[in-house]
Amino acid sequence: MAIAKKAVVWGLFAAGGTLTSFVFPALIALFLVIATGNVPEGLQFEQIHSFASSWLGKACLFIVLFLSVWHAAHRLRVVAHDFGIRKDTLVANAVYACAAIGTVLAAFYLLTIN
Amino acid sequence: MSRQPYIRPMSTTTWYMRNGRYKVYVLRELTSFLVMFYSFLMIFGLAALAASPERWNAFLASQQSTAMIIFHGLALLYFLFFQTFPWFKLAPKAMPVQVGEKKLPDSYIIIGHYVAWAVVSIFIFWLVGVI
Repeated sequence: MAIAKKAVVWGLFAAGGTLTSFVFPALIALFLVIATGNVPEGLQFEQIHSFASSWLGKACLFIVLFLSVWHAAHRLRVVAHDFGIRKDTLVANAVYACAAIGTVLAAFYLLTIN
Repeated sequence: MSRQPYIRPMSTTTWYMRNGRYKVYVLRELTSFLVMFYSFLMIFGLAALAASPERWNAFLASQQSTAMIIFHGLALLYFLFFQTFPWFKLAPKAMPVQVGEKKLPDSYIIIGHYVAWAVVSIFIFWLVGVI
């Protein structure tokens, strides 16, 4: 049981690390483009709304957000330990709760976009 | 009466400052804050998108400032040099590929990652109409 649970956490961590390494530079670059005031065509309401309405779009957005928050949560737990916070159970509950909230909110908002 | 075991004195909060490799390790792990930050920024964006066109435009407008340009610019460089590039560099160690009797050279796997990264990035930019 313990090993099985570990495999799930490790799998999410590895998949999340690979995914974030691949897509986050482009996503941060998009936020940079938005910040300069040049909102790309594809991010105008009509277009991004229709993308997020499609099942493929929903699946892409959900997988990116879900894996990212779980990956980050797992690493933040270790970061807390590295900075001398030794209350691991408390930290683990906090970071995984954060990831769970992110996952639920992402799923909820994606399902309400139709 | 047994003697006290020797415990090497070491700070639990600043241990990584002693060694360059440890500093790089801590800087790399801190990129997870950026992952969390941008994930929730996107979730806030989804909330606005789900609400109405006005809320979405307000969200986009709220992201436009000189401070955000500087922040995203620095975040992008930091993320590239402490997450993306190290992850690609480690890939042959984490996922060695065996072809027949031999292992594929590390450089093939690393270059493969860079090529895939370029394709994914171009696809995302194409999807939103930047290029």
